[in-house]
Amino acid sequence: MDIAAIVKQLNLETRSAKDRLKNMVTGGYTGDLLSDVMANSKAGDIWITRQIHQNIVAVATLKEHAGIILVNSCEPASDTLDRANQENVPIMVSKLSAFELTGKIYSMLAEKK
Amino acid sequence: MVSVEKILEKHDFDIEGGNFNKAGTVSTRIKSILKHRQLPDEIVRRSAIVCYEAEINIVSYAKKGVISLTVIPDKIIIEANDEGPGIPNIELAMQQGYSTANQQIREMGFGAGMGLYNIKTYSDVFDITSEVNKGTFLKMAINLI
Ligand SMILES: Nc1ncnc2c1ncn2[C@@H]1O[C@H](COP(=O)(O)OP(=O)(O)O)[C@@H](O)[C@H]1O
Ligand SMILES: [Mg+2]
Repeated sequence: MDIAAIVKQLNLETRSAKDRLKNMVTGGYTGDLLSDVMANSKAGDIWITRQIHQNIVAVATLKEHAGIILVNSCEPASDTLDRANQENVPIMVSKLSAFELTGKIYSMLAEKK
Repeated sequence: MVSVEKILEKHDFDIEGGNFNKAGTVSTRIKSILKHRQLPDEIVRRSAIVCYEAEINIVSYAKKGVISLTVIPDKIIIEANDEGPGIPNIELAMQQGYSTANQQIREMGFGAGMGLYNIKTYSDVFDITSEVNKGTFLKMAINLI
């Protein structure tokens, strides 16, 4: 499943790297503590968080995440977007809470298997 | 000491204390050097975690520091030396969940108190020394064979 499929089904708004929605999503990780995400997420994960600071781009790049989804309609800071466009990291925004969004994406991934 | 002819990579990177906008850039550089060497994914992944946590600690707590990467045939050595406040109680600082990070640092998602613990977990050799009001010195090794 690519990011575009998630964007479409869950009505996400894409805020950066719009040309990277073909990135394949192989799993997901939900968390707001960067040390936890660094240690426990995997390459190909879609990262679900409410952090908006530009450090999320560094973490997603280092971990080779497929992309980042901000929950509860959190908007990325403007320097976060600059950095994300530079590093080709797609950032999307969802109105849903982390709990709801994680559940929905988890089901979508499970169905594909 | 490592004999010179065996050194495959040796790089020093300066880190600015307090500059969260640049935090992670040195780790990203080091990761790409290791990837370029076509080291196993798991080794690169562990090195990136170790490096990132060391970098974030320098940015969070120290005035300035240097992270150096050395690759020799049988291991990766990552050293992080800083000029800063030092750590008065290393045993306490090593505990998961212990953090002196301020509110501003926590709001960005740092300060979970997992950094040093993760560094120790993901390296094969971990050595930490610190002197209050002087600095902190970390030496990590990840075995390649
Ligand atoms: N380079 C350093 N200089 C001074 N203090 C440090 C340094 N690294 C870690 N510390 C101290 O050790 C504590 C634990 O560090 P760490 O495990 O990385 O967790 P965190 O950074 O999330 O607090 C820090 O809160 C800080 O008090
Ligand atoms: Mg830390």
